[in-house]
Amino acid sequence: MDAILLQILNGLDKSSAYAMIALGLTLIFGTLGVVNFAHGALFMLGAFCAVTVHRLLSLDIVTLSATEKTAWGTPMEIRTPYAEAWFGDFGTWLIDWSVPVSILVAIPFMLLFGVLMERGLIRHFYKRPHAEQILVTFGLAIVLQEIIKSWFGANPIPQPAPEALRGMIDFGAAIGLEAGNVVYPAWRFIYFLFAMGVIGIVFAFLRYTTFGMVVRAGMADRETVGLLGINIDRRFTITFGAAAAIAGLAGVMYTPILSPDYHLGMDFLVLSFVVVVVGGMGSLPGAVAAGFLLGILQSFASMNEVKSLLPGIDQIIIYLVAVVILLTRPRGLMGRKGVMET
Amino acid sequence: MTVSSSSPRGDMLMMLGMIVAIVFGPIILAPFGAGYPDLMQKFAIYGIFAIGFNILFGLTGYLSFGHAAFLGVGSYSAVWMFKLLSMNVIPALILAILISGLFALVIGFITLRRSGIYFAILTLAFAQMSYNLAYSVLTPITNGETGLQLLLDDPRILDAPLASGDLPLANLFGLQMNSTYETSFLGMTLYFNAGYYLCGVILLVAFYFAMRIFRSPLGMMLKAIKSNQNRLNYTGVNTRPYTLTAFVISGIYAGLAGGLLACTDPLAGAERMQWTASGEVVLMTILGGAGTLLGPIIGAGAIKYFENIFSAFNESELNAVFSFLPDGLREAVVSVASTFVGEGWQLTLGVLFMLIVIFLPGGLLEGVRRILSLFNRPPGGGMEERSARVKSAA
Amino acid sequence: MGILNVSSINMHFGGLQALNNVNLDVRQGTVHAIIGPNGAGKSTLLNCFVGRLTPDTGVVDFDGISLIGLKPHEINQAGVSRVFQTPEIFGDLSLLENVMIPAFAKRDGSYRQNLWAPLRGESKIRERAMAALADVKMADKAGMIANTLSRGDKRRLELAMGLVQEPKLLLLDEPTAGMARADTNATIALLKEISATGLTMVIIEHDMHVVFSLAERITVLAQGTVIAEDEPAKIKGHPKVQEAYLGGTHS
Repeated sequence: MDAILLQILNGLDKSSAYAMIALGLTLIFGTLGVVNFAHGALFMLGAFCAVTVHRLLSLDIVTLSATEKTAWGTPMEIRTPYAEAWFGDFGTWLIDWSVPVSILVAIPFMLLFGVLMERGLIRHFYKRPHAEQILVTFGLAIVLQEIIKSWFGANPIPQPAPEALRGMIDFGAAIGLEAGNVVYPAWRFIYFLFAMGVIGIVFAFLRYTTFGMVVRAGMADRETVGLLGINIDRRFTITFGAAAAIAGLAGVMYTPILSPDYHLGMDFLVLSFVVVVVGGMGSLPGAVAAGFLLGILQSFASMNEVKSLLPGIDQIIIYLVAVVILLTRPRGLMGRKGVMET
Repeated sequence: MTVSSSSPRGDMLMMLGMIVAIVFGPIILAPFGAGYPDLMQKFAIYGIFAIGFNILFGLTGYLSFGHAAFLGVGSYSAVWMFKLLSMNVIPALILAILISGLFALVIGFITLRRSGIYFAILTLAFAQMSYNLAYSVLTPITNGETGLQLLLDDPRILDAPLASGDLPLANLFGLQMNSTYETSFLGMTLYFNAGYYLCGVILLVAFYFAMRIFRSPLGMMLKAIKSNQNRLNYTGVNTRPYTLTAFVISGIYAGLAGGLLACTDPLAGAERMQWTASGEVVLMTILGGAGTLLGPIIGAGAIKYFENIFSAFNESELNAVFSFLPDGLREAVVSVASTFVGEGWQLTLGVLFMLIVIFLPGGLLEGVRRILSLFNRPPGGGMEERSARVKSAA
Repeated sequence: MGILNVSSINMHFGGLQALNNVNLDVRQGTVHAIIGPNGAGKSTLLNCFVGRLTPDTGVVDFDGISLIGLKPHEINQAGVSRVFQTPEIFGDLSLLENVMIPAFAKRDGSYRQNLWAPLRGESKIRERAMAALADVKMADKAGMIANTLSRGDKRRLELAMGLVQEPKLLLLDEPTAGMARADTNATIALLKEISATGLTMVIIEHDMHVVFSLAERITVLAQGTVIAEDEPAKIKGHPKVQEAYLGGTHS
């Protein structure tokens, strides 16, 4: 019981990231009909928003200490971040909370990036074959990751979670099991809650706003919506921007869990695509459900008991499930007929 | 390019051109700084890989994102043959072909049940599984992260024992793959390397075989699949066996290329199977021109050539190149340019990828044809006039 | 007993009964037209013959075998060729190739690899394809790329693709839809020539001019039900048919 609960919890953070990326991918598929292989790169860009914000906040002034001396007899250098020098305790707090604070930067940045990307590139590929969409976005993904690599280097850059949230949560004790058996890092749980919040907002938005209604109608039947005289072009742009922002937010908040490096996006992209396909092309609930299903399955597959029974299963479980589902249910778990079948 | 536009004479000329290019490769490539064995071998090997990929993607339109898996399987098979049987390349290549063909048959049988994006994801899934397994459970076969290497105490049951201190070298009935005849010509050093000629001859055979497929009824059926698979079904054709044939052939080409990689450098690592490697062969094919005969070879050559040039550049060389600029400007130019070379070669590759897909989806050959047609057929109906003028000038 | 026997076909989409106990009997060597107002179920019925749809219940027997549950390519191999309503051709191949492909399909059964023999050596197939192109008066365009053809020409090309297979039954889905009058008349003349060779044809058509020029027998469908089946002369004056067409125009 404890072990099962622990494995589910262990799978949650990855699942949440898969679900958020897959949600955006599906939104783009469904409305724009574009296969976006650069979506993983958007996730990575989000993560590097957090890195950049942290770096900016930690920029410091160097002053020479009047009293203390180094071993060489020169005055000791004192480094004070500008943020602290200007804002005092609030500055210290800002640096500590840099990851959540980055959200404020990431949302406008990713929205803008998404809008520019749609206007400048994706728009011209609506009518092109899927193969060319895949290839051009794949190219863009390489470009983005290489730019990040040349600016930030090839090594992972750790991002600390806020100090208050670095601890563990004893889940076992909270639900009446023996204390100490099911402990879980607080930040991962926050990530899960955050993902639920984002996904909830997206679904609520699609359900209760006119804009959302048009988007849903567009996912069901793009041509008809176009004929109704609704300006779908602008809505496409906004949808793409929103999908980019979701991926970016997923990336920002993931940085304390996994130190971002330039190929973070590629790693997640392949899996997210599998998630989308398993969930069913064009199905938003399918994408979210498949994200959690696969993430948690992966977590179970990496249990030692399972691994000793089926060696290597943890390495391939997601792909294996994808193959089985695609062959038995051609449209994925919740896919609709006629989406991307040719 | 349609079947009806091909002529036996044109094909013969193309074949002769290939023979000349391969035989005189070391002389032709030397002025471009590409005439050394290592790079020329890569041209030929990746040419084979891309030709094979083109038989699947170019003809049927099925976009596989997992072909590097077959390349990897071919390499592992060849190295195992070197370890167990003999350093002769023939058995190694035969095993590479057999195993990769078998592997392609199984994977193709499963993945070809779907088409479009689903097919791309399925092939990607299989390639990733192979890659992950090669790193983990299959370590006894693949030697995991270190990669599969030759050891001094390998059995090599057919070969005579090595003299002490000798490293085993791949050979073709005694002709060692790294044996090179060097000569000087017009101040350039020319390298005539055995490994290169082995790869070249196999490239020639592979090209000839691909040409036969292009010109055959099978080739026509494959093109029809790309054009309108649904219609083909209603025409009384069960398309699955045709796509599977194309898949297996292209898998064998990839395996053969992988085997040759092992012949020229007896080492096999799982990174050869990574999906970025699969992406590279897609790029080669598209860059040259998917669905054309020569395109993939040109694409493979271009990418390997520029990879070689760009990744070798460093900052001091850039400074030398831009030395004619004033200092401040030079530094700016160099700092921008340096992100595209050396380690940044991948960035150039990505930009190239995008530019080609955006502006020239037909590839370089399409570009050449467009330029040619500018001269032959100016828009506005002046065709006859123009060609008359060309004739009188000639 | 005709070459195509269809009895008690039922088919529904959700709550809509698209075909209701449809019977049809096509005699060897005749041109049989299926007419009816929009939404009568004509195309649904045709799709049941070629394996695109599977009816809920009913029998489709062709030349002694049941077509129900067969795949499209198997139905074609049994001798049924179809000409589509919107031209379905191999757009980036030449006209000659467009016709050679069905010729190959016919000769080779469902699958035979011919990866070594050069295509130019296939003179018999080529001759047959050229003959079929000549039949539809397009032999001079054999080298053109199919996508560059006009819509009317594409439909004629499709006809050649059907004819080259020498089918036992040719299904034509609105063969003159979207054609200019002159093209329509040319097509009628062409189809008359073809039917004179004894080929059995089933035509779905809106244009009554075409129907009454060609058909030897007519089945009228309305709202998924057969309301009449008879010779053209009798169909013209049939009260139920008039009602279906006149009553159906406002819907």
